[in-house]
Amino acid sequence: MITTKIEDRFKTEEYFINMGPQHPATHGVLRLILTIDGEIIKNVEPDLGYIHRSIEKMCERDSYQQIVHLTDRMDYLSAHINNEAVCLVVENALELEVPERVKVIRTILAELTRISSHALWWGVMGMDVGALTTFMYAFRDRELINDIFEETCGARLTMNYNIPGGLMFDIHPNFVKRVKDFIAEFKTKLPEYDTLLTNNVIFQKRTKGVGFLSREDAISFGTSGPVARGSGYSCDVRKHHPYSAYTKMDFKEVLRTAGDTLARYEVRIQEMWESVAMIESLIDNIPEGDYKVATKAVIKLPKGEFYQKVETARGELGVFVISKGDKSPYRLKFRSPGFSNLSALNKMIVGGKIGDLVAVSSTLDLVVPDIDR
Amino acid sequence: MSNQEIQENLTELNLGIVFSEEPAQYLTLTVPKENLHFLMSKLKLVRELSFDYLFCLTGVDWGLELGVVYHLESTTHRHNLVVKVMTSDRENPVFDSVQDIWQTANFHEMEVFDFFGIKFNNHPNLKRLFLPKDWTGYPLRKDYDDPINMIIK
Repeated sequence: MITTKIEDRFKTEEYFINMGPQHPATHGVLRLILTIDGEIIKNVEPDLGYIHRSIEKMCERDSYQQIVHLTDRMDYLSAHINNEAVCLVVENALELEVPERVKVIRTILAELTRISSHALWWGVMGMDVGALTTFMYAFRDRELINDIFEETCGARLTMNYNIPGGLMFDIHPNFVKRVKDFIAEFKTKLPEYDTLLTNNVIFQKRTKGVGFLSREDAISFGTSGPVARGSGYSCDVRKHHPYSAYTKMDFKEVLRTAGDTLARYEVRIQEMWESVAMIESLIDNIPEGDYKVATKAVIKLPKGEFYQKVETARGELGVFVISKGDKSPYRLKFRSPGFSNLSALNKMIVGGKIGDLVAVSSTLDLVVPDIDR
Repeated sequence: MSNQEIQENLTELNLGIVFSEEPAQYLTLTVPKENLHFLMSKLKLVRELSFDYLFCLTGVDWGLELGVVYHLESTTHRHNLVVKVMTSDRENPVFDSVQDIWQTANFHEMEVFDFFGIKFNNHPNLKRLFLPKDWTGYPLRKDYDDPINMIIK
């Protein structure tokens, strides 16, 4: 009879394995150094900097109008919202009141950006856990949003539609109709997401109870966005520190308390529904008026420190400007949501399997240029 | 708690805190670096304050001094505070790490070390985060010189 356990008779050893930098599941050049024992993960250490461009240093040289252009190279899937963050910090510092029309248009486009980003995330999430079809479905829907963007400002991804003081140009005459058409179309497509992936038994088993993050840890690690809201931490910047048209709008903050991969997944799916509702409430009520207020050709911020946070598709993006009254900031810091969310990855996955790591890092919705900056 | 109450509460601690007089978005204070860790643990643990969310940690080169700016928020009371700490020792700037209070500080302090060369006591794994290990100098300092990439003092 065998009295000793297998573990005692066969010695196992920890070893290191590289995941990335060129790995399809890391969505960019992110290298994870895994310490594993068999298939159990003991430690995950990200190795960053493969596409670091030091945007913060470049900002110390550039004018504020130029800085806007750099921001959509960070989290390129939330380009419009990143642009808005810099514009808002400049407008607040100058005490510039932008017209209501600008606020509403910015918010509609921000919510379209969020839908587009979440749709892409959903497609990639499905692909990461082995369901390739979702990728095609997501790109089909996302394409319609990109077409609207293209007609509005000429760019499909890195938009640069916001400028300090308003918008680059007025919206296209077709804009309202196209957005309405898209919303009508998307409302019939979104239930497909649930039938295709959410209710799939294999998917449920791969995500339920995997990658748990408690509410306390979510706050301590500084996570934000759907990652934190999946752990029941109410952190929506649009709710707690409203800006643009969110100040007057009524919407629900999506919260789940389970804290696992499925909870984070559900938050994003539900947020797409919320974004649809927000756009519907705004699209018929775009006020008339100017699309920008004139600013000086050379913008100089007053001396002081300014902080602005916005809710991108990934969470809380903070822009911290220290100005000495020049045309460029003395120091500019981007507090990017992906960076803090990534720091919680080790906590979520230790003790799990390698296969789980792919599912968990996928619900973090990492965009590597946002982490590296 | 209102800014006034926070200010009174913290003045009682006698830590040499100096509150900023300039009008600003958030209540801002500067603390001597010896008292940084004690103040930070108080800010997190005292129930009326409970600053449990460190949402931004920024390294700054003020010219003569190097320093760190901490942006704090309480998720229960929803009040904010900005804590600054600085040192004029540019050769060997050292502060106490706050990563035992807020886990997010772990990565952020590595980033500050990488770009400003500021060291943090009791940090478990202080190393260059973005730049290669053999990189010389600290690029976000104002006296960093890199003529090839047209970065001149």
